[in-house]
Amino acid sequence: MRSITVDTIIENVKEMCIEANYRLSSDMETGIRSACDRENSTVGRHVLEQLVENLDIAEKEMIPICQDTGMTVVFVTIGQEVHIEGGSLEEAINEGIRRGYREGYLRKSVVSDPLIRENTRDNTPGIIHYNIVPGDRFEITIAPKGFGSENMSRIYMLKPADDEEGVKQAVLETVKSAGPNACPPMVVGVGIGGSFEKCALLAKYALTRDINIRSDKPHIRRLEEELLAAINSLGIGPAGLGGVITALAVNIETYPTHIAGLPVAVNIGCHVNRHVTRSI
Amino acid sequence: MDKVITTPLVKEIAEKLTAGEQVYITGTIYSARDAAHKRMYEAIARGEDPPFPIKNSIIYYMGPSPARPEQVIGSAGPTTAGRMDKYTPVLLDMGLMGMIGKGTRSIEVIEAMKRNGAVYFAAPPGAGALLSKCIKKARVIAYDDLGTEAVHELYVEGFPAVVAIDAKGNNLYAQIG
Repeated sequence: MRSITVDTIIENVKEMCIEANYRLSSDMETGIRSACDRENSTVGRHVLEQLVENLDIAEKEMIPICQDTGMTVVFVTIGQEVHIEGGSLEEAINEGIRRGYREGYLRKSVVSDPLIRENTRDNTPGIIHYNIVPGDRFEITIAPKGFGSENMSRIYMLKPADDEEGVKQAVLETVKSAGPNACPPMVVGVGIGGSFEKCALLAKYALTRDINIRSDKPHIRRLEEELLAAINSLGIGPAGLGGVITALAVNIETYPTHIAGLPVAVNIGCHVNRHVTRSI
Repeated sequence: MDKVITTPLVKEIAEKLTAGEQVYITGTIYSARDAAHKRMYEAIARGEDPPFPIKNSIIYYMGPSPARPEQVIGSAGPTTAGRMDKYTPVLLDMGLMGMIGKGTRSIEVIEAMKRNGAVYFAAPPGAGALLSKCIKKARVIAYDDLGTEAVHELYVEGFPAVVAIDAKGNNLYAQIG
């Protein structure tokens, strides 16, 4: 049995919320910088240069990369042999979010009721997903999600007969309709399989994967590569103003599914695709 | 040649802008997004005055992150304009001359733009740190209780934007993809 105090969790979550909003992971940052050289449209290249300059200013002057500092999505992997000491894990995570968004000068973008729409003024609650595993591991990923791209995400309950071609059509249709609203160049998170809710969660989780790491399943790896090429030939380009860099990566996660179904979820991540992971 | 646009923006200038042109905006503009639009729209429907002069104004669809003590404003990039479509034709018919945001607009908005000679600009999306450097003054002038969604009066200098939809209805986004 290993003990972790709620204070340790609060402090880590706070720091991770701030870190995620001021500096991109190195794969994302390198992806945007190198896209400048690969973009052949003048206006597209100009946008990418502005995005690079934006990243530099954000880090140097401590201004969040994007004003939409997101709703805080949290993935927790917790070993069965871990004991949380001093209070509730859920409340500790929310307290970390509360402190991070206050002390980090991050925008409070959460309303307490979807119809009454009163701002909670501290960006809580976060959206927390728990994964319980054997052992005494404790790992947290903080992935603040902006809603410009979230609003353009889609779920499809395809039929088995729709096959791989149907999956491709679903992804391309979602990216096309997202267009400039989703702040391209995007990262496209795709979940295939599971049930209605499981495939949406897979798509979200896919956005936290390093954009240079492809699926270890050969047929999925091929699908990721083919879809990226197809998306980048749509012509949407950076900011949706035309060009060949519409997406930096397509990350696909899969799960077993029912004999009658082929669920596909497409979660669009904007160019500020933020995620920070720590093991505690 | 980079074109400089100053506010208030008059119809004679707005009408000459063409989709695809890069411009730099200098002058006073107003931030308003979802909740502020809903409130303004309802106030106008009741016959009340909106919180700032609509005629010849430019609205920036933006809700900033909080400013640090030494900063004018926090991160301040554009939000998705399409969410404001429901409220926009009324404002255009009152003389709103420019809007800054990101993403596509509805047919109803484009028709109202053509009717009134207004333009829609796209600012670089997700570049809130960069754009905040062009905002030299900022103050909340209405709906303070909305937090980030309050209406801000902003003084901007050399604010970069692309004419996305011009007063003739030419749509840069529609020409792409």
